[in-house]
Amino acid sequence: MPELTNKERMAIPRQPMPEQDAKARSRNFEEVNLGLTEELARMEAERCIRCPKPLCIAGCPVEVKIPEFIEMIAEGDFAGAAAKLKEDNSLPAICGRVCPQEEQCEIKCVVGKKNEPVAIGRLERFAADWERVNLGIQAPKVAEPRGKKIAIVGGGPAGLSCAGDLVQWGYDVTVLEALHEIGGVLVYGIPEFRLPKSIVKAEVEGLEALGVKFQTNYVVGMTETVDELLERFDAVFLGVGAGLPYFMNIPGEHLIGVYSANEFLTRVNLMKAYDFPKYDTPMIDVHGKNVAVIGGGNTAMDAVRTALRLGASRAVIVYRRSEAEMPARIEEIHHAKEEGVEFMLLHSPLELKGDENGWLTSMVLQKMELGEPDDSGRRRPVPIEGAVEEMPVSVVVVAIGNGSNPIIHRTTPDLAVNKWGNIVVDGDTMKTNKKGVFAGGDIVTGGATVILAMGAGRTAAKAIHEYLQNPETW
Amino acid sequence: MNKIIEAKFLAPDVKFFRIEAPHIARKRKAGQFIILRVNEFGERIPLTIADSDAEQGTINIIVQGIGKTTKQLNTLEAGDSIRDIVGPLGKPSHVENFGTAVSIGGGVGTAIAYPTAVALKEAGNHVISIIGGRSKEYVILENEMKEICDEVYPTTDDGSYGFHGFVTDKLQGLLDEGKKIDFVLAIGPIPMMKAVAEVTRPHGIKTVVSLNPIMVDGTGMCGGCRAIVDGEAVFVCVDGPEFDAHKVDFDVLTSRNRTYILQEKKALESFHECKLDKKIDEAVADQKAAKEVAHA
Repeated sequence: MPELTNKERMAIPRQPMPEQDAKARSRNFEEVNLGLTEELARMEAERCIRCPKPLCIAGCPVEVKIPEFIEMIAEGDFAGAAAKLKEDNSLPAICGRVCPQEEQCEIKCVVGKKNEPVAIGRLERFAADWERVNLGIQAPKVAEPRGKKIAIVGGGPAGLSCAGDLVQWGYDVTVLEALHEIGGVLVYGIPEFRLPKSIVKAEVEGLEALGVKFQTNYVVGMTETVDELLERFDAVFLGVGAGLPYFMNIPGEHLIGVYSANEFLTRVNLMKAYDFPKYDTPMIDVHGKNVAVIGGGNTAMDAVRTALRLGASRAVIVYRRSEAEMPARIEEIHHAKEEGVEFMLLHSPLELKGDENGWLTSMVLQKMELGEPDDSGRRRPVPIEGAVEEMPVSVVVVAIGNGSNPIIHRTTPDLAVNKWGNIVVDGDTMKTNKKGVFAGGDIVTGGATVILAMGAGRTAAKAIHEYLQNPETW
Repeated sequence: MNKIIEAKFLAPDVKFFRIEAPHIARKRKAGQFIILRVNEFGERIPLTIADSDAEQGTINIIVQGIGKTTKQLNTLEAGDSIRDIVGPLGKPSHVENFGTAVSIGGGVGTAIAYPTAVALKEAGNHVISIIGGRSKEYVILENEMKEICDEVYPTTDDGSYGFHGFVTDKLQGLLDEGKKIDFVLAIGPIPMMKAVAEVTRPHGIKTVVSLNPIMVDGTGMCGGCRAIVDGEAVFVCVDGPEFDAHKVDFDVLTSRNRTYILQEKKALESFHECKLDKKIDEAVADQKAAKEVAHA
């Protein structure tokens, strides 16, 4: 393609993401977004106006060199684009799928001031997928071994990105994971239709090829304490993720049919309960039943869309604020609506009711209206007096976030945590108050996103590298 | 993968396993449990660690074959491996010198009570063990208990061995005799634990039970194991598994444990069919082999 002027670039419309038909996909677990074709990707890449001072990079928590990889796609050098991405992001096929680009890199895109921004996330996904399919995941060059050992606690996004950087810099890295599979929320939480597990597996295998060691079934705190780890490792990174799911503390939450989103999604994703009895893990049969998911975040969208795919006749989001306040990605809300998910906005559960055997039968809801903005800047929902209704429901999934997991701080009493049990760190280095111990991801921030956890993992990797140059200081 | 070193039946459907698990053996304390997955299609189930040997790097578990997973587990022998074992999980038993402590085990519950009985003895208690079983062959670990306890009372529902009656009848008998009891640990089927709690409640005897809810991860992440204790929701995997028996809502535990009763039945049926198919296949293969030998 001849060199285009900026005006010509600006005139190219944002290329559509090919998707599985909404009706068909609402009953299967295959990926919704099919990925850009080479032609669509090159056309989309041509929309980048190659700003002399690109703003997009600063919007990315791991500072991917966005304009450089996009230019390589425009030129048709897809392998080069993938390699460029991996200089800063060890899991590009995952981030290209699950990052909220519209709030990060794409919101900064200069093209987006007048038109729709360049589809940076879709291009990232394209390059990473192209490499995996055509070349297999290519291992970047690894530095000479430094003879220093690092323990990464938790095989989720924070730990994997931390491990990815450190192994490239020549460190001996071991990831210790509590579950029987590596990936954390990428394997137990995010459903197949949004992030195929084969992609997580391939990216983990990529890290393994670089020399990262993985030990599953290992609960740090219980199987080995942080203090014991410090005896055999030079540094420890704690990326143990969010912990205990919050419930609403309303009557009836113990009824059969009430799940936390963590349990509901773990049964389906990690344990493959949708394929019972081939897989032994059961779940409550939702065929032809009403399923309500409480909450308005991405996890709630994942759960409600999963319920549809499991055969629910009605899958309903119940959220106490309005759609404008929903924390979920717009794309997820849009996909959910296309698939037939119902939204009961400005409704807040008051009580869950069951039958004499303890099975959930209905949910009592309080209708709300929006009042003044609260601490989060969102308008506070206030009850409309007397506006109470009851809805018949067989399964309720509570997706209102997670508190911190107590295992690490209970077994590491000198590790500083805040009043919610989240580990306290220095924001620039992810250093905890305990020498040689760093932390990042949801255990520090509370429930957040995959890419923020990855960003924290990378920040910690840099700080661990600096610390190990001079381990006397802290 | 964790290799099984020793496997033997202690009672009908109740099997003892000694398994290689050095990391767990090193750390485990009485009252803690593991979660295991038999194979890559398996579910994750919690099982209390009955004993361990840090030097040998082994842990012991005792499994009662009830559902598909436990029955499948009980087909394994020494030399076979278990796909995943993680632990030790949960809080260790709270052990101190209470004075006179009674350890009550119903069926396979005796295996779970055993390590805590050992710890109670080591802490200086006068330990009484009541071992309940439906009939004689279900009374397990009697010799092991005799080695560490001051008094051991086997009981059977049908009177085929030891005291004729339920474990609660024996406990009531001890109280009626005027025995001063300071602490009771009761582990077994939910109705048994509930009944023990009602025997000790009027006497104000501190009573602890170990709960066995459905779990997935066992580290606090899923919340599936939540139970009601003292009117509040607790996560048994990280807050327990042992709780004050007088504060546990046993009815909620009973009902939540019935969540997958239909699926469990289905899984068990297909497991039996599968085993039957395998037996038929083996028989056919044997016949074929025999014919081939005959032809040769």
